[in-house]
Amino acid sequence: MSIFFAVLRRDLMLALRSPAESLMTVGFFVIAATLVPFGVGPEPETLARIAAGLVWVMALLAALLSLDRLFQADYEDGSLDLLLLSPGQTEIMVLGKVAAHWLTTGLPLIISVPLLAVFLHLPLEALPALLAAMLLGTPVLSLLGAVGAALALGARRGGALTSLLVLPLFIPVLIFGVAAPEAAVADLAARPHLLILAGLFFGALVLSPWAAAAALRLAAE
Amino acid sequence: MIDLATFANPARFSRIAGRVFPWAVGATAVLMAAGLYFALFASPPDYQQGESVRIMYVHVPAAWMALSSYTLLAVASAVALVWRHLLADVVARAMAPIGACFTFLCLVTGSLWGKPMWGTFWVWDARLTSVLVLFFLYLGYLALQNAFDDPARGLRASAILALVGFVNVPIIKFSVDWWNTLHQPASIKLGGPAIDASMLVPLILMTLAFEAYFVTVLLLRMRTELVRGKLRSARLRAAEADEYLPNIGKPA
Repeated sequence: MSIFFAVLRRDLMLALRSPAESLMTVGFFVIAATLVPFGVGPEPETLARIAAGLVWVMALLAALLSLDRLFQADYEDGSLDLLLLSPGQTEIMVLGKVAAHWLTTGLPLIISVPLLAVFLHLPLEALPALLAAMLLGTPVLSLLGAVGAALALGARRGGALTSLLVLPLFIPVLIFGVAAPEAAVADLAARPHLLILAGLFFGALVLSPWAAAAALRLAAE
Repeated sequence: MIDLATFANPARFSRIAGRVFPWAVGATAVLMAAGLYFALFASPPDYQQGESVRIMYVHVPAAWMALSSYTLLAVASAVALVWRHLLADVVARAMAPIGACFTFLCLVTGSLWGKPMWGTFWVWDARLTSVLVLFFLYLGYLALQNAFDDPARGLRASAILALVGFVNVPIIKFSVDWWNTLHQPASIKLGGPAIDASMLVPLILMTLAFEAYFVTVLLLRMRTELVRGKLRSARLRAAEADEYLPNIGKPA
């Protein structure tokens, strides 16, 4: 476990020393969402209907943008080789990196959701369900994203490739993440959708580090 | 039990594949001709759907092939990752475009069938969406495989991706049972199919024809891959032996 906290501390410290990077992700999230009223028109009813879905799609894209930070810099300057050589399991090291990635992108996104909720006229009764769904769903994005980012290391046009690999895998999170707030609006139970999201989270928690670690070892060969 | 290692030698595989290939071509031609005859002429139109039911004889086998190709791709990838076996890599590499084409065929015929039956080319129904995701997975697999300068690296990376994406296969298979959607549930099940023999015969014939076609193209592509690998190493050797080339990267 020591490698988990060591990597987590290192990545958080790096993120704190150049906070512009994670702020940029949040900035993208907010600015992209404010584009929507220009596209579909500013009527509150229209916006309220699509608000939850929009927040999720923007969160997916924002998470995608931040994925190249996950391993790329370490791969380029050689620290990845040292991380792979360090004692402790690579899978646990990956979990540490994923946790740091979530704390620096997923969590800021969730914190800025209430602001978007105001902008997009999200129905108030949907907000708790949306926040809960994002709390369960954004870690899955970081976990699956780690697999895509690790696989695309050293590839030509790595960034575009990562999106092609990862977006299809994000779809279940999007489906159930949107279903939860919509159920809340329709006065139905949001709990089943949240439980499925929790299932996705635990599944990804167990399987993704394994695949990402295999991809990292391959990249370092 | 058959010792798989016997067939795992690329040279022996090439020999066997060379002998099987003409038979596979013949079987494809005969089965396809028979299947198309039954599907287009010798089977009755559906009492509700009319003549458009004939799309089924392409759509359903294509869907089965799309799913089974991905399953096979995942198995080959697992074998390639665990045992680092050359032929497993070759199978995976040769198969992915075929599977992607079957998936595309399934989506296109389904869409053409949807227009007269459901009144729309596309609905965001669970099965349609998950087959579309399967198509994207194939595309991602192919893109990742060709994104590296070193082909071996691309193969290994895409093998990991194939295993990750395999999670989607059971979701597609059971999507129509889990969610109550527009796409009908499976009619062919263990314990007796729910369609008449006059329609089952062309369906089975077409499925066998697709299988034979799959084997034919797979053998062809695998032999091409093996030859391409040999060519590549021969070129590398020739380049290394060429004394007029500057000695870059050579041990002193």
